[in-house]
Amino acid sequence: MSQIRLLVGTRKGAFILTADGKREKWDVSGPHFGGWELYHLKGSPADPNRIYASQSNGWFGQLIQRSSDGGKTWEPVGNKFAYDGVPGTHQWYDGTPHPWEFKRVWHLEPSLTDPDTVYAGIEDAALFRSSDGGQSWQELPGLRGHGSGPHWQPGAGGMCLHTIILDPSDAARIYIAISAAGAFRTDDGGATFRPINRGLRSEHIPDPTAEVGHCVHHVAMHPSRPGVLFMQKHWDVMRSDDAGDTWTEVSGNLPTDFGFTIDVHAHEPETIYVVPIKSDSEHYPMDGKLRVYRSRTGGQEWEPLTKGLPQNDCYVNVLRDAMAVDSLDSCGIYFGTTGGQVYGSADAGDSWNAIVHDLPAVLSVEVQTLP
Amino acid sequence: MIRVILPAQLRLLAQVNAEVQVEVAGPATVSSVLEALEARYPMLRGAIRDQVTGQRRPFVRFFACQEDITHQPADAALPEAVVTGAEPLLLVGAIAGGSGRR
Repeated sequence: MSQIRLLVGTRKGAFILTADGKREKWDVSGPHFGGWELYHLKGSPADPNRIYASQSNGWFGQLIQRSSDGGKTWEPVGNKFAYDGVPGTHQWYDGTPHPWEFKRVWHLEPSLTDPDTVYAGIEDAALFRSSDGGQSWQELPGLRGHGSGPHWQPGAGGMCLHTIILDPSDAARIYIAISAAGAFRTDDGGATFRPINRGLRSEHIPDPTAEVGHCVHHVAMHPSRPGVLFMQKHWDVMRSDDAGDTWTEVSGNLPTDFGFTIDVHAHEPETIYVVPIKSDSEHYPMDGKLRVYRSRTGGQEWEPLTKGLPQNDCYVNVLRDAMAVDSLDSCGIYFGTTGGQVYGSADAGDSWNAIVHDLPAVLSVEVQTLP
Repeated sequence: MIRVILPAQLRLLAQVNAEVQVEVAGPATVSSVLEALEARYPMLRGAIRDQVTGQRRPFVRFFACQEDITHQPADAALPEAVVTGAEPLLLVGAIAGGSGRR
């Protein structure tokens, strides 16, 4: 029988939640790396027992941990992230040039085919790759070398590269997103990148339709349709049907189109999920009701999913990497909150249960569907 | 042999229980002790000082003989009592730091 393994990164450690295919009874393992912030953990699609984890804190900096046994044991691997060449400057909050400085790893994206190859999205924004299981890291300098880098500015959370999507149909194509620069794409394996932000409109920047400067919060793709992208921008839910060349707003009837996370159903490429958040100054759901919204039409028409979710006095947030879907026949969907709950649905969002209630604030949730 | 006491989180990371001892080639300084420490415990690389710039992490401090020597030059000689092993060099995580972002 299949097994589901959730990799949960929190403000104070990592937790691994496992269940059989019924997804009713869960075993909780952790905290791993107790006391440290775990921005992200992700398993290799090529070898599910290989898991990478980003461990950091304000005292002792960044570590990368690697497991080769599904998260039972871990070993620290390389944590030297040296920018390629002279790092140069980007814009600081006050508009002055500020040197590029490594701060932390926000996202780890293992290769689809090689367990020893993994990409890291870091703050200050850059894309790194390791091809030796995380022992050593090299920047893909084409991203910062695009030319717009000196004009990138950090968002409130820092200038982070938080989203990395590998195209399963084209090994040379990678999508990335940066707060607050926007989305970028390479078609040559990372040698060069170009911004893919046409159609985005952001009222909080001087030119609302600028080529770069948009605060993209997260991007999702269904592997069967790698040219179709869905985006939760700071405000606005967007979609692209041409690999990011152009974007159209699909916020439709959402009660608010601010939010952080977005994901796609495992078997229905037009079924997408968001968690609307009240506003950029009020990072909690509207009216104290935690509602996932689902669109079965690729956007525009949305329905609230509330069964099993708190509908009174709920003021948690759901962060950008804190939602994931499994690939069982009845698609499971999971998300974590800043209140320490991880909710799961075994029926594509129709009903929900809290798998755990009282973890530290959840930063990320990834899921592995194991045979 | 230089005795070094690590903060609890770094002991956990290095998988050591109490103080550690390192041998330093040449003059004993904060810099040479850190080099010896990182050579023996590679998992500590980057945790005490930045690997690229070599700068001490802002919330890590160095104490010796009841003195805060954090702001002395990294290549300044350590007190004789530390060099002889009578006193340890303490690496301390300041009561500050952390990160509230994301």
